[in-house]
Amino acid sequence: MSLKSFHVFFIVSAFLLSVFLGGWSLNEYVTGSKRLGDLILGLISLVGALGLLVYGRYFLKKLKNIDYF
Amino acid sequence: MDIPYTVMPRRDTGLYNAKLGIWLFLASEVMLFGALFSSYILLRVGSYPGVWPHGLLNVPVGTVNTLVLICSSVTVVLGWAALKANQFAKYRKIQAITLACAGMFCCIKSYEYYDKFTHYEVILKDGRVIDGHLVEKVGGGQLVDGRRQPPEAIVIHGVEFPADAKAAGMAKVPLIHNLEKASGHHLEHKEFRIPWSDTKKVQNYGPWHNTYLAIYFTMTGLHALHVIGGALVIGWIWGPGAAMWKSDPERYTNRVEVSGLFWHFVDLVWIFLFPILYLL
Repeated sequence: MSLKSFHVFFIVSAFLLSVFLGGWSLNEYVTGSKRLGDLILGLISLVGALGLLVYGRYFLKKLKNIDYF
Repeated sequence: MDIPYTVMPRRDTGLYNAKLGIWLFLASEVMLFGALFSSYILLRVGSYPGVWPHGLLNVPVGTVNTLVLICSSVTVVLGWAALKANQFAKYRKIQAITLACAGMFCCIKSYEYYDKFTHYEVILKDGRVIDGHLVEKVGGGQLVDGRRQPPEAIVIHGVEFPADAKAAGMAKVPLIHNLEKASGHHLEHKEFRIPWSDTKKVQNYGPWHNTYLAIYFTMTGLHALHVIGGALVIGWIWGPGAAMWKSDPERYTNRVEVSGLFWHFVDLVWIFLFPILYLL
């Protein structure tokens, strides 16, 4: 497996973490804390997840000539 | 004598030497961290319900550190791609950002450790518990018969729990964050000057404080050592080792790829560490 493949796997994992962190923070905000920090962190995480998706597409396009193995 | 397969892959494995080597090494690393993750899970599910500590770590700080590591993974792979495109100068610039990210991660982690080592739980002889950060130790500290004398008093900035709090598990388990969450308002923090003679137990939030912190320091400490090791290797390839680019560019590019694979593994470990230690 080349660095390219491992990077794709890593970005997918980071995307899932971002979604999870977004959900966790918003849940904290909704279920009790009502702290603005939790709301902001949740929203930033979800935007970050979207950013990772966009970056993933850019990366695959940029490195299309490099092997996966 | 030339060593075979330093650049071209072997026909049977489909890999060049260094790539085969790094994947074998990473397999052993998976077992090492896998054992620690398993230990964490077993300790956690084996604890009494409601006893596992929550809210001890600063989530925004941990999030920033996660972001720093994700950025470093992006730069490490873009640096390698620059070499593949024969753009050495671009690689040097991009990889410098990777090294800066590694340094930033270590600084932030050090800050988190410092915060824990200056965070104290003080149990008084009358049963009250004071939880907060150490402001200063007053007096004491001199050596008498080879033993360091305790301070006359300690000053803590934090909150006070009533005498029955510890028995009810309040001070030990949910801590300030959870009490604030439950009550819906910020607990009042103030400064307490506590004479040493009034204290029964004074302990900071180091790895000796409880099982959670023991495994937190073990796992994040081991991970930080990997970050430092990876940064040293990447830094050597980026700096003194860069001379190889002129003599054997393909082999040099392979070295960058192999160091990048290790770096990705280290970052991936953090992607799993962050949610289990900070969020769950």
